[in-house]
Amino acid sequence: MTTETQSGRARPEAIKAVPVRHPGRWVAIAVLAVLAAMFLHLVLTNDRFNWRFIFVTMGEGKRGAMFTGPVLEGLRGTLLLTVVAMLIGVGLGIVLAIMRLSTNPVLSGVAFVYTWVFRAVPRLVLAILFGNLGILWERIGLGLPFDRQIGNLFGIHDLNAQFYSIKATDLLSGFLAGALALGLSEAAYMAEIVRAGIQSVDEGQSEAAAALGLARGQVLRRIVLPQAMRVIVPPTGNETIAMVKDTSLVAFVPVSFELFFQLQAISSRTFIVLPVLIAACLWYLIICSVLMVVQFFVERHFSRGYGTAGKARMRLSGLSAEQGGGAVPTSGPGGAGA
Amino acid sequence: MTDEMVRADNVHKSFGSLEVLKGIDLVVKQGEVSCVLGPSGSGKSTFLRCINHLEKINAGRIFVDGDLIGYRERGGKLHELKEREVAAQRRAIGMVFQRFNLFPHMTVLQNVMEAPCRVKRESKSEVRDRAVALLDRVGLGEKKDSYPAQLSGGQQQRVAIARALAMRPKLMLFDEPTSALDPELVGEVLDVMKDLARDGMTMIVVTHEIGFAREVGDSLIFMDGGVVVEQGPPREVIGNPQQERTKAFLSKVL
Repeated sequence: MTTETQSGRARPEAIKAVPVRHPGRWVAIAVLAVLAAMFLHLVLTNDRFNWRFIFVTMGEGKRGAMFTGPVLEGLRGTLLLTVVAMLIGVGLGIVLAIMRLSTNPVLSGVAFVYTWVFRAVPRLVLAILFGNLGILWERIGLGLPFDRQIGNLFGIHDLNAQFYSIKATDLLSGFLAGALALGLSEAAYMAEIVRAGIQSVDEGQSEAAAALGLARGQVLRRIVLPQAMRVIVPPTGNETIAMVKDTSLVAFVPVSFELFFQLQAISSRTFIVLPVLIAACLWYLIICSVLMVVQFFVERHFSRGYGTAGKARMRLSGLSAEQGGGAVPTSGPGGAGA
Repeated sequence: MTDEMVRADNVHKSFGSLEVLKGIDLVVKQGEVSCVLGPSGSGKSTFLRCINHLEKINAGRIFVDGDLIGYRERGGKLHELKEREVAAQRRAIGMVFQRFNLFPHMTVLQNVMEAPCRVKRESKSEVRDRAVALLDRVGLGEKKDSYPAQLSGGQQQRVAIARALAMRPKLMLFDEPTSALDPELVGEVLDVMKDLARDGMTMIVVTHEIGFAREVGDSLIFMDGGVVVEQGPPREVIGNPQQERTKAFLSKVL
């Protein structure tokens, strides 16, 4: 019988079936189209949006609110603050995650306490707190720890073994305090993300690497972390985008070198509130769009050898095919379950 | 030294209160292929993992090529080896796993080159030539730029063997290398292993492939319940088992 089907019969005509109709989709599209038209109408016909003020000019001889010098300066500050805070967050987060997974109870305990504290305190509170740390200490310096106490022990009063010190209010004024507050808080979240990533890598991987004679550091760097990145990158993209927006909190440190602060300054000077807020929305939207593109490429880089994005999409469309729709042909026999 | 490649003296291993190995003695000579048979849970995989110190033993001694594995004996006292020293011992022992454990983010060639480049710090071009030659030997020269996920199970396992060989090991450990494979892919992996055995590689193979054990093995060990029940030349153990337990096991798998 098998030989007969292979040789004796012609291939039947390819199936050209009428696809399943989706009337619900058309209704949804119609509703959305009407809503979109209403929104555009609202935005374009209401003069109070003051698009001229946002894009073209704020007044005699001035650029629009989005593009004036101080706002562009603030934009630069926001971007710089995001980068610095995320560098602190990711770097410290990786260290904390490795500590947390260590077999040494002291290391993992310290990492746990850090995460516990910094996740509990709101970023806004943290930003204000860091701005005011100068109240606690006058000077901050590098040197031998406990130099005064040790000096007292040996009868030397006022022993000073500081190599370098700086007035706390200078060090923690503005930008650095803001970056530290955001970065240290971020590290607590990143630690959890990195930990989840490391734990998602199959144990056989580190075993195989160890069996080949790789040292523990090499196993982590070359084998485990690159695979963990697949799990780490998407939530990190999330965190970065959230960080762009959280930089507006450092206005309370206070830091003036920041986008939202500068835009608000315009509104308090001109008493024009709404267009300024819209300008802020637009800037944040633009930054996030750029970051999403970056994230796409980073994710693609780390999914070498997996093709997970494609697979996930196939799983999803396979699912919709099973539910009786979808234009994707499934290889299995008839997708009509249930 | 003698021509003993592996010597296990009275090896015990427990996981918590569960004793998995209850005194294993074994000698594998240079160039010998030793097959380990037994039901699942008999401790054969655990024993294999003790040989390269992936598991720490609780009592007894394991020597590979005369070196005590995992410890240093000084003044009648055992000192744990540093991580770096354990890694150095493992370099001479290749291991092939049931589930291949290839590095999925690297190409086949990178998988084979990783350890010689990182661990032995050999020159890249030299390692590359050797890796390509090894891949040719296991019949996968054309697949060197593929990722593991693009290969069949049998191909992946052959890459895993090439990866282990790239470190020029003195001893190869195989932990059920064909158990995760479709029946029609088992042969290609066994062929590579036979080829290795012919070349004089010392091998310990935990397997369910009785045919392979009979054809290639120089000795056969039957384990059950954490002890060696019976051992000897494969044809004798398989053809004429002395112990009841061995007879019962063989009657089920043959």
